[in-house]
Amino acid sequence: MLAAIGASTIAELYADIPDALRLHRPLDLPQPFTAEADLVRHVDGILARNRTTADNLSFLGAGCARHFVPVVCDEINSRGEFLTAYSGHAYEEHGRFQAIFEYQSMMGELLEMDAVNVPTYDGFQAAATGLRMAARLTGRNRVLVSAHVPADLRSKLVDYLESDIETVFIAHEASTGLLDLEALDRHLDESVAGVYFENPSYLGLIDHRGAEVARRIHAAGAVLVVGVDPISLGVLQPPAAYGADIATGDLQALGIHMQYGGGLGGFIASADDRRHLVEYPSRLYGLAPTSVSGEYGFGEVMFDDRTSFAKRENAREWTGTAAALWAITAGVYLALMGPAGMAEVGDGIMARARYAMDRVGAIPGVRIPFAAQHHFKEFVVDFGATGRTVADVNRALLARGIFGGRDLTGELPELGETALYCVTEMHTQADIDRLATDLEDVLA
Amino acid sequence: MTWPIEPKPLPRRMHQASWDEPVIFELGQPGARGVLPPALEPGIREAVGHPVAALPDTIRRPVPPKLPELSQLHVLRHYDRLAQETVGVDTGIAVGMGTCTMKYSPKVNDRFARDPRVTELHPLQDEDTVQGILEIMWRLEQFLKEISGMDRVTLQPPSGSAAIWANVSMVRAYHASRSEGSQRDQVITTLFSHPSNAAAPRVAGYDVVTIYPDADGYPDLNALRAAASGRTAALLITNPEDIGLFNPRIAEFVQVVHDVGGLAVYDQANANGILGITRAREAGFDLCHFNLHKTFSTPHAGGGPGAGASGVTAELARFLPGPTVEFDGSRYYLDHDRPDSIGKVRPFYGTTANIVRAYAWIMSLGAAGLREVAETAVLNNNYLMLRLLQIAGLTAPFAPGKRRIEQVRYSWAGLAAQTGIHTEQIASRAADFAVHYWFSHHPWVVPEPVTIEPTESYSMADLDEFAAIFAAIAEEARTNPELVRTAPHRSTIHQVDERVLDDDATWALTWRAYLRKTGGSAPDAGQGAAREDETVAGPWVAPEAGQVVAVEAG
Repeated sequence: MLAAIGASTIAELYADIPDALRLHRPLDLPQPFTAEADLVRHVDGILARNRTTADNLSFLGAGCARHFVPVVCDEINSRGEFLTAYSGHAYEEHGRFQAIFEYQSMMGELLEMDAVNVPTYDGFQAAATGLRMAARLTGRNRVLVSAHVPADLRSKLVDYLESDIETVFIAHEASTGLLDLEALDRHLDESVAGVYFENPSYLGLIDHRGAEVARRIHAAGAVLVVGVDPISLGVLQPPAAYGADIATGDLQALGIHMQYGGGLGGFIASADDRRHLVEYPSRLYGLAPTSVSGEYGFGEVMFDDRTSFAKRENAREWTGTAAALWAITAGVYLALMGPAGMAEVGDGIMARARYAMDRVGAIPGVRIPFAAQHHFKEFVVDFGATGRTVADVNRALLARGIFGGRDLTGELPELGETALYCVTEMHTQADIDRLATDLEDVLA
Repeated sequence: MTWPIEPKPLPRRMHQASWDEPVIFELGQPGARGVLPPALEPGIREAVGHPVAALPDTIRRPVPPKLPELSQLHVLRHYDRLAQETVGVDTGIAVGMGTCTMKYSPKVNDRFARDPRVTELHPLQDEDTVQGILEIMWRLEQFLKEISGMDRVTLQPPSGSAAIWANVSMVRAYHASRSEGSQRDQVITTLFSHPSNAAAPRVAGYDVVTIYPDADGYPDLNALRAAASGRTAALLITNPEDIGLFNPRIAEFVQVVHDVGGLAVYDQANANGILGITRAREAGFDLCHFNLHKTFSTPHAGGGPGAGASGVTAELARFLPGPTVEFDGSRYYLDHDRPDSIGKVRPFYGTTANIVRAYAWIMSLGAAGLREVAETAVLNNNYLMLRLLQIAGLTAPFAPGKRRIEQVRYSWAGLAAQTGIHTEQIASRAADFAVHYWFSHHPWVVPEPVTIEPTESYSMADLDEFAAIFAAIAEEARTNPELVRTAPHRSTIHQVDERVLDDDATWALTWRAYLRKTGGSAPDAGQGAAREDETVAGPWVAPEAGQVVAVEAG
């Protein structure tokens, strides 16, 4: 090949790189394992130092949880065609386009919204972009955000919005744990572009007052952005039903393994009109006819009007590689589960969570702060009256093979010595009983 | 019949899989189930009753979502068919998607990524239970520090563009820390840098100044000198740029920006041809980023998940997103105590599966292997350029006679002038040979563009076959332009009428929108019309243990 191109050495091909910029030594990297079997031995040796939620009993959630992953989800997302494709054209990647269009369509049914994006990175990015969309839709520059979102999301929102949007965090009622509507009213004026809250909340509380919240926000001319856990939507009303303009969230619960927090994908949904769609930075796939009657084609909707590929700095934010494989996976999940499966899994999670709240709340000294509220998947446990710290309790549980709940003392100190426990359809009655028994033991 | 069988022609006579597959909402039948979630035990039901039924009407979903209803086989078969109707690196010669570095992703690395000791880890587990994954993250950071020459690297950004965002945010924090935040309100980039280098700074509040190429295609140093000032926060520059030229005066670009107090940010998305050859450090950069899904072999996954890695000098390390992964000589841990950090760009710590894959890939190659990757990619590119430029009507604008690094942006302007066939039509015809084809970001400074990047994965025979495809298409443009104009003919589908996609009366992002806009009604099957019948009366009437709501229909 060198001879064909008229070069005598590879070095000639690098003629443009000045000597001063060359690295005149080999990279300092470990000796490689060039044989596959040796590489497997090496990596297996490192991975052996992990202990997993499959081998232990985990009650960790906080935005990422161990849900049931149907084998077919892994089967499809392991297909080399999907796994090693990219963002090609409508023809050579027709199947990928259709699978993602179907994902958008099934999410549209789940959310009862007609427009759904090709996913962004994660639920945090979806929320941040949802709020930027609200600012663009209204021409305003303040957003109100529920204080009961993960501290990491608060951090993300401030970083992502601060150049031209002020973020104000709205307290929740100390007694009920629900968004404080009086506090919301105090901040709601015509400078407010949008309001973001999560339902179910980060702490697992279900707010039935969505329509009331929407009414107040819309009266102020602002946009309501609701973050939602999609696995709750077999049993809970989607945000659109109570007036949300934009729904956002993370796909992880829909057939995607946790992967140490790496298995994330962010959805954004809204009404289907030019006014909303032009504010999406994401790719948006649409259905189109072909030259053959009865044949489906697909393509990009309004690509030139809004994406950074077409408009560089004049785009709506930016577009890039995000989470397409998880869109396909979530689509497979929803197709496998169907309406009945989504209803059953939501029902099962609510029942198990209530059972766990009742069992844990019955332990002397342990309190469930918002026990009177309806909960989905997560709930707060207050260890304040036990005289023990959450860290201390979690250490003792870990020694028994139990991963206790997320320690909230750092991110929501006003709640006291509390932890966020997560229960999913993967927990059996025996698992929850074991937690209660071991907790009682640990606290005795 | 011929005997013996004749040799195969080049290009080959392939036909892409074409199943004429319906949209999934048209498949299935009421009551069919693909999978059952874990049944609720009677003991729990007895103890708590029906919490869903107790929900207020305002929040309880009255009818389940109108999802399709399919048996497991029918779901699997549908998606397997769609997979077959997709060309990935595994099946194609994916060199036609320039800037994307579509290299082979070794299957053994996917095995690691799918290991339960990766997939079943929760990100908030006690550090003592995740020493293995933390070790991989820490070690990969060390590798990328060495490959870039930078002092710290974060693996948190989920993509290259997100890494650009993280870098811009760190630039902003740096200037704010020196009380120059409001004064420095401009970011400079170049036209052949990836568009996110222009778009992300705008989100961060910066005015964006774009430097155009000079006559040879290199970014114009005099234009940079004219643009740089006390308002300059940073230069964001890709090198080699997206047309495949390495900017030999890159250190001078950095110096110009440093001289006015700005920072220099190196977009290393195109690093595949320079691994072990030249680094951000020696060119004087303050920040850089890699795309693990390009250079470091993690699969592109149909458009993500990818993974980005941002590198910084020691001076900027305090601004990195947190937590960082640290090692005290015996134990790995997460450092959350980072008061000057820009905060989170992503929940948790990054795209773990791709971090594992990239780690394993580097461990399979070592220093010599990485250099061989780079050299092979560059050799492949220059060889393919020779072959492609033998096609009349195709040129490589700028810097005539100069070598390219890992990719080339070509122009079909000559062919278009002669035949009226444009690059978009060639793209559609390329689908008849199952090869990808990518034009260029906008604006199309190179007319009738196509950007080709062969990577190290392909053989000389692959490259010859790829060149033969485009020689054949160019010949068709001259002899049978209608064939090209009406392509594709042997792909999964035929020519798409894209007009519906820009009209709000007709575009449809979802099946429900399509039915609404066309006045169509949902087919009975899978449309949930039977949702309110006695088999699924409502989600609050949950099945008892061991009782399946509806028997899986075949």
